[in-house]
Amino acid sequence: MMHAPRRIPGLGARPRTDLPVLLAYRASTPGAPDDLAFSRWLVSRPALVAVAAFAALVSWPWLAWAQGNYGSGDALGALWRWLPFLVSKGFTLNLLISLLTMLIGTVAGVILGLWQISRSRVVRGIAWSITQAFRNSPWLVLLFIVMLSFPFQVVIGGHEYQIPDWTKAVFGLSLPVMANVSEIVRGAVQSVPTGQWEASESLAFTRRQQLWRIILPQCVKRMIPPWMNWYAILTMATPLVSLLGVEELVTLSRQAMEAENNHPELLLPFYGFAMVIFFAYCYPIARLTVRLERRFAVKM
Amino acid sequence: MSDRNWDPSQPIISVRDVHKSFGSLEVLRGVSFDVAKGEVICVIGPSGSGKSTLIRCINGLNDINSGSITVEGQEVHDPKLDKLALRRKIGMVFQQYNLFPHKTALENVMMAPILVLKEPKDEVRERARALLAKVRLQDKEDSYPGELSGGQQQRVAIARSLAMRPNVMLFDEVTAALDPETVKEVLVTIKDLAQEGITCILVTHEMGFAREIADHIYFTDLGVIVEHGPPSTFFAEAKDPRTREFLSQIL
Repeated sequence: MMHAPRRIPGLGARPRTDLPVLLAYRASTPGAPDDLAFSRWLVSRPALVAVAAFAALVSWPWLAWAQGNYGSGDALGALWRWLPFLVSKGFTLNLLISLLTMLIGTVAGVILGLWQISRSRVVRGIAWSITQAFRNSPWLVLLFIVMLSFPFQVVIGGHEYQIPDWTKAVFGLSLPVMANVSEIVRGAVQSVPTGQWEASESLAFTRRQQLWRIILPQCVKRMIPPWMNWYAILTMATPLVSLLGVEELVTLSRQAMEAENNHPELLLPFYGFAMVIFFAYCYPIARLTVRLERRFAVKM
Repeated sequence: MSDRNWDPSQPIISVRDVHKSFGSLEVLRGVSFDVAKGEVICVIGPSGSGKSTLIRCINGLNDINSGSITVEGQEVHDPKLDKLALRRKIGMVFQQYNLFPHKTALENVMMAPILVLKEPKDEVRERARALLAKVRLQDKEDSYPGELSGGQQQRVAIARSLAMRPNVMLFDEVTAALDPETVKEVLVTIKDLAQEGITCILVTHEMGFAREIADHIYFTDLGVIVEHGPPSTFFAEAKDPRTREFLSQIL
């Protein structure tokens, strides 16, 4: 029988990404191989291999320092002294930045993603442009623009309020997250079979009812794994803001090493610690992402 | 629900010289027919002859290039027409069932009357239960579509359409995706409806069934109606060679 090609308004057009190089990053179908490349790569390694690699990476400097003047004991002692401060003041800020960024990026991204499937060609075009612009810009450049072009204080009702750098960092990082969430939403909506649109359409649902009652509820599950993947990527990107002076883990580590007279032996324990703590936080997320992805893949 | 200007002695559906193309592919090339209220129409024909497209044009799922389709006197492809009002009168059942996978069977049936017709929930629930009983699925109310067989899903889909109390039902090859054993349970359900006097248009490959329930059979090929007639004469006395060839392959 003739399969009538049918266009659901707002959904027919393929996304136009002009640079083939960028295609690998396109989240057109959530859960597609490219989309979860990071999680997949990380999880495809047996847990023991990952842990062993880290153990080796972290332990060889220890062994090396054993022969130096400023011994491993000294460097580790320094790290031990600074550790509570680095975690409570540094890494906590990284987490705060990542959580707030994800929150803002998700809310804005969902709105932008829904605009991408709007029935209005103009709205769709605008949303598409915004999405592409922020998905295909280096995060650091976005951060610089936001940090340097935004005021550092505002006057509201005669009171001067300082805008802390880290809130601007949140805003700067939210932009690429928003754009990627927008693509996740668009991809998830497009992955719902057209039959769902047609069935609800022939039952006289309005477009809004179709979207909110039929289509989006089916999308949520599909969106969670790529969304978590982006959260892990975002968290690992938060040290970028140290280049702009935000006092998060990496900035504070550098300051701590300065306070310890900048012994070169300090570099590996301190940065190694930063790696370990990010790994400890992001690796479980990656594992969970892939597990959820598998579970949902079976059900859908 | 009936239109003011339409009286039931006129055709409930009237299709006039409908043309429809997808790009350069002409799918309907001047199709005309009438359906009287309460009639059961079967459309048969080889794959790609435009059968599905034809009935999808009747509730506006596909638009047409030229011609006219009226339902109860209302022009379906009039841009000013309230499509939602039209679709409340026309139920449609699909080959792939298209049940909402995140809702139970009962919820699938209840959704449209509550959301679209704004009817009170308790009343709708009662009616939905009765409809599921009617399609012999009263014990599957709380099952999700994924837990039902193809035939059961299709019967839920029929109940879902009926919950809107349509005046016309469109069936688009509703048994084509089913196992031979489950085809029968769906056909029995449709037969019940036809006997209740709901106007039905079926696109089907089930010739025996068409012969049994149809008041009138249309044979389409290459986008036109080649031949039509009541089943008694259609199957016995097909004149056109294309019809005869098709029937000889199928029967």
